[in-house]
Amino acid sequence: MVAASTSIGQRRYSPASANTIVMAHLLQRVAVARDSQAFSELYESFAPRVKAYMIRQGADPTTAEELAQETLMTVWRKAALYSDTKGSATTWIFTIARNLRIDRLRREVPWQALPEGRDEEASDEQAPDEAVSERERRHRVHEVLSSLPSDQHQVVVLSYIEGLSHSEIAERLELPLGTVKSRMRLAYQKIRESVEDLK
Amino acid sequence: MKIEHHPDASTLMSYAAGSLPEALSVVVAAHLDVCPACAAEVTEMERIGASLFERIDAVPMLETMTEPCERSPGREIMQFAGSRLDEGVVTRLLGRQLCDVHWKRLGFGIWHYPIQLSPGSPGDLRLIKVAPGQVMPEHGHGGSELTLILDGAYSDEFGSYRTGDVSDLGDDVDHRPISDPNEGCICLIASEEKARFKDVVSRIFQPLTGL
Repeated sequence: MVAASTSIGQRRYSPASANTIVMAHLLQRVAVARDSQAFSELYESFAPRVKAYMIRQGADPTTAEELAQETLMTVWRKAALYSDTKGSATTWIFTIARNLRIDRLRREVPWQALPEGRDEEASDEQAPDEAVSERERRHRVHEVLSSLPSDQHQVVVLSYIEGLSHSEIAERLELPLGTVKSRMRLAYQKIRESVEDLK
Repeated sequence: MKIEHHPDASTLMSYAAGSLPEALSVVVAAHLDVCPACAAEVTEMERIGASLFERIDAVPMLETMTEPCERSPGREIMQFAGSRLDEGVVTRLLGRQLCDVHWKRLGFGIWHYPIQLSPGSPGDLRLIKVAPGQVMPEHGHGGSELTLILDGAYSDEFGSYRTGDVSDLGDDVDHRPISDPNEGCICLIASEEKARFKDVVSRIFQPLTGL
């Protein structure tokens, strides 16, 4: 995409990472200038993904659509709280979607509290090179996720995308709870190691 | 505050994913309030969610959004008040400080205060206050349970747990915690399943309370 020329050092970023930069830029325009054109681009890009996420989490299509709208409205309202250097736009929007989904579905079916606030707060200022390592970090997380053994990848997806608790995963896969937990840990260990040198 | 015992990485991941049951996630949130190390891990773990989310197969929206309206926010986002445990998540939950809790006596030297979860939410969340030198209620086996020390300390086979520490033992671990002989202990205890916790409490306290 447009800003893909923003390559740092010798490193070439994947389209997803370049996209990350574009999205962060759009979010900045919304935050600083209340730019509705930028917002509509964010909407085009994220709303269908939030909707898909909500459906995977068990919401019906109508509720999913509504929650996607609500997520993007929250992005509009809180864009000023997003700090470019804090993390990627995608991570920020993901946490908003996650919290809204918990909030909403908790009112209707048994659901769990995720105390909000922490993720949506503006964080302390970071040095510019940390923004670089943020993009690199997300790139590596993606690489590790794509190369996980399928049994580890499966539990991670069930936890993050399908929204199942460890006990529910254990039940679904007919595995002991401890096995689910250790597969999650193993997956995280690899991700942790892959970003170790990025401070 | 020197924190030595932390939730398991898999527990933090489930929290970051938003799939940790309500009762347990409250304990984790209260711990994150005072543990920057775990908070940093959770941030890392949120990137996993973002990475998966980014590559999800999108579902087209029926409505397109043109002009966002400046609606008033439906619900203000609450900020964590501070670093002291009884001023953060716990106070928000209780609506009062720890020292103002109306304890209900469970038995000799043991009090509790059940905390309401969302309607229909499975699990059990309660505060437990234990007098100095008492044997504490043991958690059940199977499922997940978390204990956060809010005040005082206790010790078991695995060491000494002080304010801010979390006990996240596997479902196959047997332990027998004893509260600090001088300070006693106040904990926030979450159990994934309601029935089990109650069974355990009544089993332990039967001779004393006839629960």
